[in-house]
Amino acid sequence: MGKIWRISGPVIIAEDMRGSQVYEVVEIGEERLNGEIIGLEQDKAVIQVYEDTVGLTVGEKVTGTGEILMAELGPGLVGNIYDGVQRSLVTMKDEVGDFLHRGVRTYALDREKKWHFIPAMKAGAQVEGGDVIGTVQETGLIEHRIMVPPGMSGVIDAIEEGDYTVEESIALLKSNGKTWPLTLMQRWPARKPRPYKRRFDPQDLLVTGTRVIDYLFPLALGGKAAIPGGFGTGKTVNLQQMVRWSQTQLNIYVGCGERGNEMADVLQSFKELKDPATGRYLQEKEIFIANTSNMPVVAREISIFIGITMAEYYRDMGYDILLVADSTSRWAEAMREIGARLEETPGEEGFPTYLGSRLSAFYERSGRVECLGSPGRIGSATVIGAVSPPGADFSEPVTQSTLRIVDALYSLDVALANRRHFPTINWLQSYSHYADSVDAWWEKVSPDYTEVRNQALITLQKEAELEEIVRLVGPEALPENDKLLLLIARMIREDFLMQSAYHPVDTYSNPKRSHLMLSTIMKFSDFARGLAEEGMMVSEISASRIKQRISRMKDVPDDEIDQYVDSIRQDMAGGAASLEEGGV
Amino acid sequence: MDSMQLFTRQTKAISTARRSLLIIESIPGIRYNEIVDVELGTGEIRSGQVIEVGKNTTVVQVFGGVSEVDLLNSKVRYKGETLKLPVSPDILGRIFDGSGKPIDGGPPIISQKYQDINGVPANPASRMPPAEFIETGISAIDGLNVLVRGQKLPIFSGSGLPHNKIAAQIIRQASLKGKSEDFAIVFGAIGVSYDDAAHFISNLEETGALSRAVGFINTASSPVIERLSTPRLALTAAEYLAWEMNMHVLVILTDITNYADALRELAAMRGEIPSRRGYPGYMYTDLASLYERAGRISGREGSVTIIPILTMPDDDITHPIPDLTGYITEGQIVLSRPLDRKRIYPPIDVFLSLSRMMKEGIGEGKTREDHNNVFMQSYAMYAEGNYLREITTVIGSEALTDRDKVYLNAADRFEREFIAQDENSRRTVEETLSIAWDIFSMLPEEDLKLINEAYIKKYLPEPSRSE
Ligand SMILES: Nc1ncnc2c1ncn2[C@@H]1O[C@H](COP(=O)(O)OP(=O)(O)O)[C@@H](O)[C@H]1O
Ligand SMILES: [Mg+2]
Repeated sequence: MGKIWRISGPVIIAEDMRGSQVYEVVEIGEERLNGEIIGLEQDKAVIQVYEDTVGLTVGEKVTGTGEILMAELGPGLVGNIYDGVQRSLVTMKDEVGDFLHRGVRTYALDREKKWHFIPAMKAGAQVEGGDVIGTVQETGLIEHRIMVPPGMSGVIDAIEEGDYTVEESIALLKSNGKTWPLTLMQRWPARKPRPYKRRFDPQDLLVTGTRVIDYLFPLALGGKAAIPGGFGTGKTVNLQQMVRWSQTQLNIYVGCGERGNEMADVLQSFKELKDPATGRYLQEKEIFIANTSNMPVVAREISIFIGITMAEYYRDMGYDILLVADSTSRWAEAMREIGARLEETPGEEGFPTYLGSRLSAFYERSGRVECLGSPGRIGSATVIGAVSPPGADFSEPVTQSTLRIVDALYSLDVALANRRHFPTINWLQSYSHYADSVDAWWEKVSPDYTEVRNQALITLQKEAELEEIVRLVGPEALPENDKLLLLIARMIREDFLMQSAYHPVDTYSNPKRSHLMLSTIMKFSDFARGLAEEGMMVSEISASRIKQRISRMKDVPDDEIDQYVDSIRQDMAGGAASLEEGGV
Repeated sequence: MDSMQLFTRQTKAISTARRSLLIIESIPGIRYNEIVDVELGTGEIRSGQVIEVGKNTTVVQVFGGVSEVDLLNSKVRYKGETLKLPVSPDILGRIFDGSGKPIDGGPPIISQKYQDINGVPANPASRMPPAEFIETGISAIDGLNVLVRGQKLPIFSGSGLPHNKIAAQIIRQASLKGKSEDFAIVFGAIGVSYDDAAHFISNLEETGALSRAVGFINTASSPVIERLSTPRLALTAAEYLAWEMNMHVLVILTDITNYADALRELAAMRGEIPSRRGYPGYMYTDLASLYERAGRISGREGSVTIIPILTMPDDDITHPIPDLTGYITEGQIVLSRPLDRKRIYPPIDVFLSLSRMMKEGIGEGKTREDHNNVFMQSYAMYAEGNYLREITTVIGSEALTDRDKVYLNAADRFEREFIAQDENSRRTVEETLSIAWDIFSMLPEEDLKLINEAYIKKYLPEPSRSE
């Protein structure tokens, strides 16, 4: 047991700490504040403290726990809300009230609650790490697969169906003459990736329900993406939309150094909204980490690793998981603050020189893998991080280091936000390296996907080029075919790319719907070109009923959209005549 | 100040005095961040704070600097406490300085209850999402950038722009829609001129709001360190009124730029490595420790709504003070110099302004069913007109189509009729929405594609519909 020797902000130095290890968790002072050793020298340990250090005094005791920081993994995670070091905020609310006083300890997983365990094997079975020995129905949506922890193997004994707490033995594992109890819960060091058999290249679309992402810059299951943008450009709303609607089995929302009200809002909405695929409350497939900007800074750093460890754990069950982190910049700033206290030589803009490697340590834990153990399973963890560049200047270190790691970029644009074009994902600057690999997936929805996508991208590109001419000569001076191109580009932007998160119908757009919308616009483009060749003015085409009906596609519910679009297409097939009947 | 203080710990063993720091031989029991009194040889007393404590040495930052500190005769007294504010219902109607002492000639506040001015973070799981519409009577806010109870919504201003006038108008007019229930006002003046502070107080007096107001005033000539404690005192008072007295509290903090500059000054004196433009790397977290004290707590009656006011140095919204603020607050009301020059009051730049809590506060049963649609269509219309206005500065308006000219016109009307209003006019949200509809009626009806067709039938004024 050691004693506090020096206190400087969230960093303390303790003496008499011989025998401790780096990353060991310690308890500090009377209130047993949580901390983690980040460096050792002689008998002194440098400790980052996960709670407010105000009022601590020199000489107070520091006790090592002998353990490095572990995440608790087991039934009860889903639907829960955690702080950065995985204390349940729900439990804290019940036990200590509405404000976060320090020194409170709660378990991540409820120790009293009983779960019904159904074995998947009998006594005598030979098992190894990753084998599924049984299941627990964790929520209406999540069947929690109880796995032998990685690294263990032996013969199963005394396995029985029944109701168990997370600590009670559900089976025994015999190996080399020893017997180990297996429980519903396992623990895993948060900073260490969980093992798997092998990795695959991401190739299946992760359906987010956001058109500009799914259609133009698709994300693949197991991929990694970043979403940088100045304040108010929609990072949080985009990430919330993704954890709401993504067609994955489980989503994890890590709020890291952001707003409390926003957190309250997202928590509430998950109690009210239903998953489009299953009709069940979203809360049943969601885990939240809420380490808001006024909560201790040091806990921001570990919160991201706690989150990704939970993601890997459910991935290991054979599920597709999406983890979003809002915002990785606040996480990086926490590292900068600790670094400054340690008087480390800083890198760019004061960030530690290991910023890049710490960022990859996080993003690289994404992936689509063949899981350990049997039955054979494939699972994936997809990771999306928000980046908050100061002054919306993307040349800063966190954005730049992140861009070197991720394979998809959703670049948010302040100018689009100012005129309320949402989502503000800039179609000229964003990219996805997964576009080619998910082609095959999309071609199953519709064989002309690639063509429609390319046409749309080319139209938008040309619009940007024409825009410069318009600023010089005005829109009226353009030739008719350029005016038509501008009209179509505008339709792509306003009637397809714009998608309000708050629109009752359009908030989620399934792949088929997205395709119907864009392909109808591109069909209209051909149709209009035909009319223009016959001499019709673009201003007339623009005022047509058909075009108006296209601009209302967003309001049409999923079960009526086929019919709605069909009738537009039929009218277009009728040529100029139909335009008149419809009333120009 | 603190009743629990049983004995004083005092030392004269100061080894170094440099910049604003004293390095002192440690004595047992010094608490990290506790407040100290430094008594100079002359008898003058300055306060300070423990910013680092070790077994052998302790570092104290002296507020007001170390000039005239001598190592032989100066004494350091440890108070054993962080700064606290005595709270009781009697604080209403009172004015204090940036250390919490009354400056209105009234008696000190007698209370058993002292609250740490740093507050305690609310559990995110206990928060209730803000959702109650506050009608300010100002169209650019009520129509497009709605304020709700429990929100933190700053005003980004520039020097010479009428932010004080707008704040005063909000204080005079703000109430829940259709109710006359009044807010309690907490006013934190940080590094402002004496005249500004006096003006604000007389404003409160005139409208009769002073009896339900509390003021904390740190004028430009008072100690810099109190720029940091002033907003914390104000927020501590606000939290007390909201969470313990069940009141709805509106906190005005002005000017956050002075606050941030004080933070920078004190950090520099400690010799810290600065981040952007000399401001400390932890400024985001520090500002968040203020702004995040806004909110609602489920099961409690009251609320804390914060309107911080800041002047953007050089009108630059990417400057770290507005930038970091915008990253923390739930939107921002941005004032525009060009609009001000056009004599538009309030000169609110609605493109740069934003309320992130808006969607919760509007719609049927809260404001009106068509509110969100009107909001979106207004932006589309004004953005288009504004864009056309930009290009006509180069090419002239002849190069526009007839349709474009309508938009140009609509944008002008939008500024003159919707955004602009009198300092004393208090529009209901229905009035605000109908001004927008009136302007929409200039546009071709098929352009109103962000509005539900049913609302077009119901709200679009007749002349245009019968065309
Ligand atoms: N997809 C969207 N649909 C409608 N509004 C949006 C959308 N994305 C963002 N917004 C608007 O922009 C505001 C800011 O978005 P937010 O995600 O909070 O920004 P950031 O996290 O980048 O600061 C939101 O409050 C909302 O009004
Ligand atoms: Mg955000």
